[in-house]
Amino acid sequence: MRAPELSTTPGKASALPAFQLRLYVAGQTTRSLAAFANLQRICETHLAGQYCIDVIDLTKTPQLAAGDQILAIPTLVRRLPEPIKKIIGDLSNEERVLVGLDLQPAKAGAS
Amino acid sequence: MRKNLSEKFPILSKAPTGIEGLDQITGGGLPAGRPTLVCGTAGCGKTMLAMEFLVRGATQFGEPGVFMMFEENAAELTANVRSLGFDLDKLAAQKKIVLDYVHIERSEIEETGEYDLEGLFIRLAHAIDSIGAKRVVLDTVEALFAGIQNHAVLRAELRRLFRWLKDRGMTAIITGEKGEGNAITRYGLEEYVADCVIILDQRIQEQISTRRLRILKYRGTAHGMNEYPFLISARGFSVLPITSLQLDHKVSMQRVPTGIPRLDDMLGGQGVFRGSSVLVSGSSGTGKSSVAAKFVETACQRGERALFFAYEESTAQIVRNMRSIGIKFEPWVKKGLLEIHSSRPTLQGLEQHLVMMHDVVRAFRPSVVAVDPISNLTMAYEDAEVKPTLMRLIDFLKKEQITAVFTSLTDGGDSMSAPEDSQLGVSSLMDTWLLLRNVEFTGERNRTIFVRKSRGMSHSNQVREFILSDKGIDLVDVYLGDDRVLTGSARVAQEAQERAVSTLRGQDHQRKLRQLASKRKAIEAQIAALQAEAVAETEEVHFAIAQETLQEKTTHQNTDAMAQQRGSSTRTNGGAHEKQ
Repeated sequence: MRAPELSTTPGKASALPAFQLRLYVAGQTTRSLAAFANLQRICETHLAGQYCIDVIDLTKTPQLAAGDQILAIPTLVRRLPEPIKKIIGDLSNEERVLVGLDLQPAKAGAS
Repeated sequence: MRKNLSEKFPILSKAPTGIEGLDQITGGGLPAGRPTLVCGTAGCGKTMLAMEFLVRGATQFGEPGVFMMFEENAAELTANVRSLGFDLDKLAAQKKIVLDYVHIERSEIEETGEYDLEGLFIRLAHAIDSIGAKRVVLDTVEALFAGIQNHAVLRAELRRLFRWLKDRGMTAIITGEKGEGNAITRYGLEEYVADCVIILDQRIQEQISTRRLRILKYRGTAHGMNEYPFLISARGFSVLPITSLQLDHKVSMQRVPTGIPRLDDMLGGQGVFRGSSVLVSGSSGTGKSSVAAKFVETACQRGERALFFAYEESTAQIVRNMRSIGIKFEPWVKKGLLEIHSSRPTLQGLEQHLVMMHDVVRAFRPSVVAVDPISNLTMAYEDAEVKPTLMRLIDFLKKEQITAVFTSLTDGGDSMSAPEDSQLGVSSLMDTWLLLRNVEFTGERNRTIFVRKSRGMSHSNQVREFILSDKGIDLVDVYLGDDRVLTGSARVAQEAQERAVSTLRGQDHQRKLRQLASKRKAIEAQIAALQAEAVAETEEVHFAIAQETLQEKTTHQNTDAMAQQRGSSTRTNGGAHEKQ
């Protein structure tokens, strides 16, 4: 997996994407990789151009775990739009991820 | 852990908690490098116990600690434990303690797919490494059960967590809420933490709550099995007994006078032993407090410190009332030799009281302590609870070589009933037992005192009358006679009567003596007269004899002369004839 950075910002329409997502992982485990892959797929499908994803590896920066109250790994945090939402698990169930992100499964998205 | 294991493998090493009493009943502390489960109902002091363990570890035993809390946040906790005198902010700044608040809001969380709680491990590891912690507290890790839906994962992870703590050599306290029914914890944490389980309990009896601690199990070590009362005071958590579990206090041969000389006489002439406990019991108004007060005053007069715990009167009231029998407390209070503590025991739990007394005694270091009365403790509590509490107090005082006077109000108190029966519970703890009684007779109530028992010294078996006056306390022999005991004015009247009778009798004797004397004189006079008579008679007899002898002589001479004359001439005859 890549180092934590602004990994995907395909949409250049706005300076700040509407969806700021943070994925907390601990090392490159299969579960972490699966979570990242699932997330990217879902975002591309439903939020193309409106999101950015930070990946934070807690094995490298453990001090960041407290800030977002991370316990479970992997945890996806929707920092924007508010309110903060958390989805824990490898994000394998797309429907639940969409519910967690407050996105209608019916491809509504933001315009 | 690495070196711990090899070094301390043979004996289970223990991490002292620094909590009063707990280290004693656990035989040195919690199992070092292992987790301990502390469970109990809400509000029974789990967090306080855990916090004190951590703070004392950090401050007294050089073992920094991590407090991971799941229910309160750091600010709340810091505020809560400030009342115990723990400054968490300061300790955190000194890198002795790390507080980490773990919070999960169920409503924010959606679960999808597999996960584990590696985040928790990472946070804990980070906190431990940041200060080199040796101790860890997880305060109600069960809160996670509410935040995480997949309990199977959670349980597996908790098991892994406790294992992980053990592997890292952390002495840990994990708190848990008491479950329903017989369950030790609501989510069965005891399944994972098998080394040491401590149960805290809070119960309410007679509207007063007491807290208890019990060690359910402690693998690989002997430990106290009982329920021990504990409390949370300004000095922190303390588990009773504070004193040792053995009866091994030193004894003193030194005697302490009671301040009532005749009472000392009754106690083998010297008073009670130093460090012994004296029970003064009696019904109301028999003068118990006065005996205790006198004892205290006498200690002050010797220049020793004394403490007076008053559970019936306020300090000012005691000072005023004792003045009426010539006991002056103010100068000693001013000199700092005497402290009077007045309170209502019902205000706090019994244990709370006991610890308060301990604190005061420790701070003041008296040589004499008076508790007036202990029966006020019994009033609020079951006798069964008072006895062990008193025992602890007495043990403590004995260990400190403090002479203690306890007064106790008995139900009965006339000579009719047996007031002592109501004291059987506590009297066995006492070394000396003075019984005060009221004797009602001829319209008066009078006080009597006797020594019911006094261990290790000869003591009087007599009942004495106990007199309180503005001159102080005095004991007087009661009047015994006509098969009864008289006291008070009956005694005085009896004594007056006795005196009158004896005066009268005395006068009679003198009269008789006088009579005898005069009689003797008369006899003597008679004897003298008779003797004189005898002398006179003797003289008369002698005279008669002399006369007769003379006559006879003369007759002889005449006869001779006659014979001479007859032989030679006849003239002499005529002459002799003339003479006759």
